[in-house]
Amino acid sequence: MERKIMRKDWDSRVFDTINITCLSIVLILILVPLWNVVISSFSSSKALAEGGFIFWPSELSLENYRAVFRDDSIGQSFFISVAKTVIGVLTHVLFCAMVAYGLSKSNVRGRKFYVTMGVITMFFSGGMIPTYLLIKSLGLLNSFWVYIIPALLSFYDVIILMNFFRNVPSSLEESAKIDGAGDWRVFLSIFIPLSMPAMATIAMFNGVNQWNDFMTTKLYVTNEALYPLQMKLYEIIVQSQTQSMQNIGGSVIIETTTKGVQLATIVITTLPIVAIYPLLQRYFISGMMLGAVKE
Amino acid sequence: MSKASGYMSEKPTMGQRFKQFFVDFARQWEIQSMIWPGVIFMFIFCYIPIYGLTIAFKRYTVIDRLDTAPWVAFENFEIIMKDKFFWESVVNTLGISFLKLAIGFIVPIILAIMIYEVSLRGFKKFVQTISYLPHFLSWIVLGGMLINWFATTGLFNELLLALGIIDEPRNILLDPDKYWWIATLSDIWKEAGWGTILYLAVMAKIDPTYYEAAKIDGANRLKQIWHITIPNMKLMISLNLILTISGLLGSNLDQTLVLMNSQNREKAEVINSYVYRMGMTQGDFSYATAVGLGVSIVSVILLVSANAVTKRLNDNQSVL
Repeated sequence: MERKIMRKDWDSRVFDTINITCLSIVLILILVPLWNVVISSFSSSKALAEGGFIFWPSELSLENYRAVFRDDSIGQSFFISVAKTVIGVLTHVLFCAMVAYGLSKSNVRGRKFYVTMGVITMFFSGGMIPTYLLIKSLGLLNSFWVYIIPALLSFYDVIILMNFFRNVPSSLEESAKIDGAGDWRVFLSIFIPLSMPAMATIAMFNGVNQWNDFMTTKLYVTNEALYPLQMKLYEIIVQSQTQSMQNIGGSVIIETTTKGVQLATIVITTLPIVAIYPLLQRYFISGMMLGAVKE
Repeated sequence: MSKASGYMSEKPTMGQRFKQFFVDFARQWEIQSMIWPGVIFMFIFCYIPIYGLTIAFKRYTVIDRLDTAPWVAFENFEIIMKDKFFWESVVNTLGISFLKLAIGFIVPIILAIMIYEVSLRGFKKFVQTISYLPHFLSWIVLGGMLINWFATTGLFNELLLALGIIDEPRNILLDPDKYWWIATLSDIWKEAGWGTILYLAVMAKIDPTYYEAAKIDGANRLKQIWHITIPNMKLMISLNLILTISGLLGSNLDQTLVLMNSQNREKAEVINSYVYRMGMTQGDFSYATAVGLGVSIVSVILLVSANAVTKRLNDNQSVL
């Protein structure tokens, strides 16, 4: 709802001026550092070594990106990131929707028990070490599936989808059942197509989490062939941190090359998120509202 | 008829109810087959680890076998009480959390009010779009950016040199005394914009006639904010406050792992990273689990008491 400010008096105008000035400062505080990272990733190692710029380096160059793409392991990591995000999102959304559909029927036997069991998982967890021991005993250490299987279900998402399914008019389901369709059939051919907005919202959030997740790798994966981009970036950061701290005499060139690689990797890692950001924005406000209604 | 109803009014025995349950269950096999994969999943991935918390009362490390690890009752907890490094991590966690509570809690409220007060639609949209963006960056990406901004040739030093605040560039990430502030302010930079969404959603529901009436009564914009906007946000603010307080002992592991280095460790080590170090790096599973369990119990107590306090402040209305 827009609030009309009908007659702008002097007082109100002063307020608006101060307000917009402050918000512009907020924008600068966010945009300038981001711009600095992007433009630094396009500067030559000489310009990076000199430093001394905020908006524009003394020399532009693509050498950092060339160095990154020369390294095959970055391509491999990019592939792992994409694979785990796509497979992870699809399986997560379908699995949650399936469970949510079952629980959305109020005449289901044992429903109260199932929901209580689920709500408890929202508040209690075994924590880092017991979960690690479980993953280890399931043989999921150093397996691609450790990105997918433990992330299949989130009871928050089940509740959101369950509430959505409950608002689907029951007449559709009844007429399908009269025609002899079973629950699976009704779920797959009526509820899934009708709930695309809710499922897209969950898919978006889950996708960002999958793309940004690095703890799973850090805890359960030591095989570098399975490193996603986030973990690769972490390795590069840690490597250059220790290098710059030891700072063996005259290693400035090496230092700035790794710095350039680091900056280019940051940009490459973030690019997919920025690319889908307009789409994300369409869904996240409705998503936050779905979550808020539940409370 | 009367016979039948007489039969119906009798309470079914335990056995009959049990049998009826299975008859219904079998009839609903199709819908049950959709729920049970979820139940099995939760049992394996949530309840087995919860049971796994019992190793906090055992002596179990990476070199032991779980089935032969001895029970030691509260021995691990007694060691924790005397563990200097644990208490150091508690101090750091609380220090950073209180800074985040004192500043990071207020900033989204002010920012939301400022955005709400903008009447230029395009500008408003633009501010929202830009301020939500950092939320979607991972901590690894942001950590990498921070390291570059704070480097001696980076943005931060250039800016301070240009403004004449310092004469010598210095990497403040290597300065332990600055770490709490870096952790707090970088968290605010990332999450403040995102934190405005729920407040803005609440404000969008305020009846505009309140403002019109207030204006006729001669209230200026600040007064309108103070007497109309803020009271309407009270419930949402309390809800966020409860969640923040219950999370005081929680710490951001991703942030810590990427920003901690050998120079700032004494001020950067938080409870989560300590659990990680003891459990995953040093392999003392029981000890790390005991630390985690102790912290979660204190967190639950904090949540319950924060809820009780805000309930009293909100005229006995529980916000949870």
